[in-house]
Formats: sequence, structure tokens, C-alpha cells
Amino acid sequence: MKRGSPTRQRLAAIGLCGIPLLTYPLLGLPKGSLAGIPMIVFYLFGVWAGLIALAAWIAERRNA
Amino acid sequence: MLSGWFIALLSAAYVGLLFAVARFGDARADAGKSIISANVYALSLAVYCTSWTFFGSVGRATSGGLSFLTIYLGPTLMLMCVGVIIKMIRIAKAQRITSIADFIASRYGKSQLLAGLVTVIAVIGIVPYIALQLKAVAASLDVLFDRPGHAIQLWGIDSTLLVAAVLALFTILFGTRHLDATERHEGMVAAVAFESVVKLFAFVAVGLFVTYGMYGGFSDLFQRAATHPELVGLLELDSARAGTWTAMVLLSGLAIVFLPRQFQVMVVENVDESHLKRAVWLFPLYLLLINIFVLPVALGGLMHFSGQNFNPDTFVLTLPLSQGAESLALLVFIGGLSAATGMVVVETIALSTMICNDLVMPILLRSTWLKMEKRGNLSGLLLGIRRVAIILILLLGYIYFRAAGEAYALVGIGLISFAAVAQFAPALFGGMYWKQGTRAGALAGLLAGFAVWLYTLLLPSFAKSGWIANGFVEHGLFGLGWLKAQALFGLSGLDEISHCLWWSLLANLGAYVVVSLNSVPGVVEAGQAERFVDVFRHAQRGPDTRLWRGDASVKDLVDLLERFLGPLRAQQQLVSYAQMRGVEHWQVLPPDAAFVHFAEAELAGAIGSASARVMVSSVTREENLGLEEVLDILDEATQVRAYSRELEAKQLALEVATSELREANERLRELDRMKDDFISTVTHELRTPLTSIRALSEMLHEDPQMELVDRTRFMAIIVSETERLTRLINQILDMAKLESGRAEWTTAEVDIGEVVRDAMVVLGQLFREKAVRLDDEIAADLPCVLADRDRLTQVVVNLLSNAVKFVPGGDGVVRVSVTAGAHEVRVAVADNGPGLSAEECSVIFEKFRQGGNTLTNKPQGTGLGLPISRQIVEYFGGKLWVESTPRAGATFIFTVPLPVPEA
Repeated sequence: MKRGSPTRQRLAAIGLCGIPLLTYPLLGLPKGSLAGIPMIVFYLFGVWAGLIALAAWIAERRNA
Repeated sequence: MLSGWFIALLSAAYVGLLFAVARFGDARADAGKSIISANVYALSLAVYCTSWTFFGSVGRATSGGLSFLTIYLGPTLMLMCVGVIIKMIRIAKAQRITSIADFIASRYGKSQLLAGLVTVIAVIGIVPYIALQLKAVAASLDVLFDRPGHAIQLWGIDSTLLVAAVLALFTILFGTRHLDATERHEGMVAAVAFESVVKLFAFVAVGLFVTYGMYGGFSDLFQRAATHPELVGLLELDSARAGTWTAMVLLSGLAIVFLPRQFQVMVVENVDESHLKRAVWLFPLYLLLINIFVLPVALGGLMHFSGQNFNPDTFVLTLPLSQGAESLALLVFIGGLSAATGMVVVETIALSTMICNDLVMPILLRSTWLKMEKRGNLSGLLLGIRRVAIILILLLGYIYFRAAGEAYALVGIGLISFAAVAQFAPALFGGMYWKQGTRAGALAGLLAGFAVWLYTLLLPSFAKSGWIANGFVEHGLFGLGWLKAQALFGLSGLDEISHCLWWSLLANLGAYVVVSLNSVPGVVEAGQAERFVDVFRHAQRGPDTRLWRGDASVKDLVDLLERFLGPLRAQQQLVSYAQMRGVEHWQVLPPDAAFVHFAEAELAGAIGSASARVMVSSVTREENLGLEEVLDILDEATQVRAYSRELEAKQLALEVATSELREANERLRELDRMKDDFISTVTHELRTPLTSIRALSEMLHEDPQMELVDRTRFMAIIVSETERLTRLINQILDMAKLESGRAEWTTAEVDIGEVVRDAMVVLGQLFREKAVRLDDEIAADLPCVLADRDRLTQVVVNLLSNAVKFVPGGDGVVRVSVTAGAHEVRVAVADNGPGLSAEECSVIFEKFRQGGNTLTNKPQGTGLGLPISRQIVEYFGGKLWVESTPRAGATFIFTVPLPVPEA
């Protein structure tokens, strides 16, 4: 059998990892604030940006 | 305050610019130079960000804090499942799908009923969303003119209706300019992508203005907000709403695929699958950027207008206006206009196509078919229907706005639509991955889910505005408590959207699966199920034409095509199809299954697959293949594929075996050639001494009177030649023994230094005869090795005699050194002879190969000495090799490992 494209599988894996990272109960973890900005804001945007960066890296690699 | 005329002019100029972009995109598409690049595709997906995002996110953030982000996290995660989207695009291309209704209907046997149902759900579900856009634009106008309550009136028409009318006109001009209905709307996609840039720019501008202009940056803003007790709740997540958070992520993840406009730009308008690779990160990045300033603007607005009753949905406008930044407010207004027009244009085009193909056409085809048959070109009619549909949709949006819109914030309205389109998920995903899903199941699921949505979400939204009685919300239908619309079966504690989502998806999925498992698919359904689920496998082969059998005439089918596509386009398609089939002219095309399939596919692009099927069967006589037969054909196709895969594997194995055999054969030939060489060498070697023995013997025999001196000399030569013969034969025998492993070895402790000295003594005479100097450098206290002494002597003697053979007489020098390493004893025999080329260095250890040119020079040995030596050294676990450069002498080195000390 032909196997699915590795790029697609890697991207899907990022998406699947994103589900627990961006929902409860993990969202309950960040507490307090840094430089006046709540940690949860850093957490949400940080994880989000991280997922995007990872996806960009995988999708734009050559010969991937 | 800003002048009305100025705003009108600015809006008109902006819309004109959009037209120019669209026009440019269309012109480039016609010229075959599409401007739809991966980036444009990714930006066009941002049609997802409507007025709701632009105005409503801030509104939602003022009440729900960070929860507005769920609407953008879901799409981010969904988009990562590129495989699912690519499969959808593949299917849509193979089946000429034009809308999501078409997709679902086509999968379940090209059912008109299903297509109609999906269209109805989509239209009813999306109307609130359209109303949202109208409300947003109207509200932003109110803010700009500083007149609350949509009080702007022009010739007695209120501003919202005016906005609806303008948008309808805009969409008609924009999306249905082409007469042919099947083409992609590349100009529209380009304009939408352009609008995406504008709205992002405008939102980021106002975000920067609020964050850094009105406040001292993020830190300052958040710190100040933290001092307001009523704002603290917005800065943290409420874990009690964990269920809502997850539901929203799921809902928005489904919406990014199933909203008709998203399906349109993502699947139907996709030009190249590889564009998805860019979109998979660029679109989420867009979402991230447009959301960074939402919370700051919301907090800024709440603090700035603290105590005043300003609508948080319009903070992006009121904040700049309060600071007198009118040009920024205008930019924001244009951004909001972009968000609204982009959404309305794409959404209404998608919906109008669905209404035309899946609601109006089936009715027209049935009721007034006789009349329609007499009409010539119907493509104009198709466009007419679509235009009317666009007006109707916007009118419905306006009516909803009047009926229920004022009661809800922007986000609330949008979510109602999201929940409606989420109902497509089971039928669509099931259809893509589950062959057993049937039309009956899809119908049941959609109806069940839609009914629950209607009861728990849409009707309550009417009730909330007082348009209908709200008894069923407060007390339950017929006063039954467990039927309360927003606490079904007593499920309370959820917000209305999650409540609707869980119940409707449960009903939908349950009905779909249960009914599917208990029903038998029809003939067409079974075929379509196969084509959808296995699209990647079917794509490699042409369409399976064996699934159609019957009579057709080319003329009838061509008439049909001309009527719906217009004569010009029909001709173009026919010509290119004929070319593909290798037929000179389309008129001589055979009316076979493949042609019928082509005609149906072309029609499907114009009027949807369900209607296309009805039209084609109206002019052809299709033989009814039984379900059994269809399944057999499909099964057979699967088996044939399996067999061909097996064959391929076997063929591969055979190829490997063949190449191995070829190599083995090559080696055998080489060996054979070497044996031949050997025999000729050996016979040559044998003959030389034999000839001289014979000649001398004959002389002795014929001349009994020969002098004694001569006789003795001859006899000495004969003896020496016989010795040479014996030596040769012994070596051959020796080699044979070593090779076959029958050689006898006696292993004992051997001092190599002594072995070398002995060998030098034995060969001393030879060196003296040729006047070659023999130096030695034998280390003292050499450790003993385990080896056969006689065999080692044989190796050293062989190396020394080789050396003496090749060095020039007189000034030749041979140097023997013996050194001990950590693990081995190393013996090197260096000479200053002619040396060896790199190639010779490697072949010299092969049997019967000799140094020097064997063709011109007399061979100086048997060609067996070195191979024998190597075999001996390797037997003791050592190595024998040569290091040499041509004309600089050669060094033969061998090592014998030291015995491993016993532990």
C-alpha cells in the first residue's frame, strides 16, 4: 500500500497536539502575570504562534 | 463630524478599487496567467474574518475575556488536517462539485432531495450571519454620523436596508458578471484577498493607536485594567466554562470547512492543491495577527468609556473618534466595509449557486420542463435565477435583522450560523471516509440535527426579540418542562450555543449512523461512495465507465450542453474533449458511456450534479444495473487493483533476482577467463623447462660420444629445470589446498624476527648473485605470535624473492623491517624497484596476475605467490597489502595479530 504523504501526517500530528494544548484542563495551568500582562495571554498566543511556526517549518521545507 | 457625501464618495472609490482588482484578476485568468498564488489563496481564506471579527470580537472580549479566541483556534487546528482538505479538493475536482450542497448530494447518489435539504439548511443557517454584516455596517455608519438607532434615512429607507441594497447590487455586478456559470471566480478571489489585507491593516492600525497612542503599551494597559475590579474577570479564564471553550473550538473548526463561503474559497476556488501548504500556516498567522489587539482595544474601550453606555461592538470606531482621529476612523470604517463586503459577496455567490442548482432547477425541470425544452440557451436563465437569489438572500438577512438582530450582539448571531453549518459534518465527513453511509442516513441525520438546531437556537432567537411567543423557551413546548428549548432534558448550565451543538450533533450523528447501518444503498450511491472514499486510487485511472450502460445520442447530449452552457462554451468543451480522446471532430464521437460521463460532468459544473443527472437521464435510455452488478464491478475493480499490485511486487522481485544472476554470471565469466589465463600461463611455464629438458635429453641421447664436461653441464641444467617444474606444480597444489580448506596447519608460538632472519639467510645467495643489498631492521624483544612457522617462512621468502626479482641489479636495495604494535606484529619488505600503479596494487593479489606487462615481458613468476601468501596471512587473522607509487619502489606489508591474553 502507498503510504500517506509524510508532510500531511506531520501537520495532522501538530493539529492533534494542539487540541489538548489549547483546551482545558491545560489552559487552567498558567497563573499570575508577567510585566502586568496575564500569563494566560502569553500562553495562548505563545502556543498558537508555536504551532504556526512548526507548521510553517514543516510545510515549507524542501523535499518534504 | 464627517460629511455624509465624503463617506459615500470614499466608499464608492473603495468599491471601485475592488472592481479594478477583480477585473484585473479576471483578465489575467482569461489570459491564462492566473494571479491566484499560494499567498493569494491563503489570504482569500481570511474571508472567514467578517464584520463579526472586525467589530464583534472586541464586543465579545468585553464580556467573555479571552474566549473570543476560540473562534480562531478551531480553524487553526482544523487547517492542520491538510489531508482531509486535500481529499475534499480532489473529490470536488473529480466530480465537478460547485457547492457544499452539491458535494453532499453527489456523494449520496446525486440526490436532488438531499441537495435541496442542504441548501435550505445553509440558507436558513446563514441568513442570521448576513444580517450580522448588515447590522455591523449600519452600526458603523451610525457611529460615523453620530446618530444612534439607525436613524439615517434616505428617501424614507433606513440605513440597513440601504446597505443591503448596495451590497446586493455589488454582489450581482461582482459575482455574476460572467455569462458562463461554471468558471471559477478568480477576480473575486483576488478582490477578497485584497480586502483581507485592508481589514488586517485597519485593525492593526487601530490596535496600535489604542495600545500605544492612548495607553503606554501592553503592560501599561493591562496593569491599568487590573486596577478596575469589574475588568479583572476579563483577564483570566473561567475554568467553569471549560465545556463552552471546547465546544467553541470544535464549532469554529467545523465552520472553517462547512460555511458555504469557506467551502467556496477553500475547495471550489482552489487552483492548485499545493497552495494549501502555504495556507496551512499563513492563514492561522493572519488570524493570530488580527487577534493580538482585540483584548487591548476591548479593555481600552471599557476603561475609556467607563460608565457611558457605548456599544462595545463599535469600540474600534468610537475610540479613534473620541481622540479626534477621524482619518483613522475612516480607515477602520473601510476595513469593516471590507470585512462585510467580502463575506457577503462570497457567501451570497455560494448560496445563490446552491439555490439555483439545487432548489430552483429541480422544480423548473419538473414543472415546466416541456416549455423549457423549447427554449434555446438557458445559461442566461441560470444567471438570472442566481441574481434573484442574491437579492432574496440579502432581503432575508434584512428581515432577520429587523426581527431578531437587535436582541443579540454580533458574535451571538454568528454563532447561530456556525451551529447550523456544523450539521453538515457527519454526512460530509462520513461520506468521505465511510462507504456504508447511505442517503437515507444522511437525510435522517441532517433533518434531526437541523430540527434540534431550529428548536434550540433559531426559534429562541426569534422569541428573545419578542417576534414569537417565548413560552417554549421559558416553560417548554406544551408546558413540558423537559422540552425547554435551551435546557433540553434538563441539560442546563451550558450556554445556548454549546447546548445546541451537543444535542444537535448527538441527534445528527446518531440518526446518520443508525439509519445508514439499517438501509441499503442504491445503485448510483454505491458507485459514488466508492469514488468518494477511494478518490486517491480512482484518480489514477479514468472514470469507471462500466457503471453506465444504455443508449444515448451525441446530438441530444450536445443539445443539452449547448442549452445550459451556452453554445460557445459547449463547443469549446466538446473540441477539447474530442482532442483528448484523439478524435478529429466531436461530431464523430461515439455516444458511449465515456461521452455520457463527460456530458454529465460538464452539466454538473453548471447546474449541480443532481440536476445534471436528471437532465442526462432525460435524453438517454439508461439500462438499470442491479445493485448486485454494481457491487460486483466495484469489487472486481478492487480485486484487479490488488492483483496488479501483487504482480508489480513480483515483477520487482524478479528484476532483483535477474540482476543478481547477471552479476553472478559476470563473476563466473571472469573466473573462467582467469582459469583460461592460468592454464595458458601454466602450460607456458611448464613448457619452457620441458622444452629445455627435452632438447638436452635428446642431445645426450643422440650423441653418446659427448664430452663429459658438456654432459655434466647438461645434466645439471636438466636437474635444475626439473626442480623448477616441481616447484610450480607444488605451488599449484598448495593453492588448491588452501582454497579448498584442506591445507594442514600446525600452530605454535613463533618468533617472527627469527623467521625473517632465516628467510634472509636462505635467500642470501640470490641477493648476492644479483648484487642487491638486503638491509634489515628487526626490533628486539618481539613478542611471539601464534602461527605456523613454515607457512610464515613461505610468506617472507615469497615477498623477498619477489623484491629481488623486480629491483635492478647492482644498485637495488631491499629493506626488511619487523616492528611490534599494540595488537600485532608488522613485517614490511620495501624495495626500490619500478613500483606499482594504483590499479596494479589491487589486482596483484589476484591469482595469476603478475606485476609488469605479461604480454611483452616473460612472466617472472607463477602469479600464485602473493595470493598464497595473502591466504596464509589471513588465515592467522592478519592482513597483507602493498603501498606503492610508480617508479618509487613498493612496500609489501603484512601483519600477524598478537594472541589475545587469556582473561
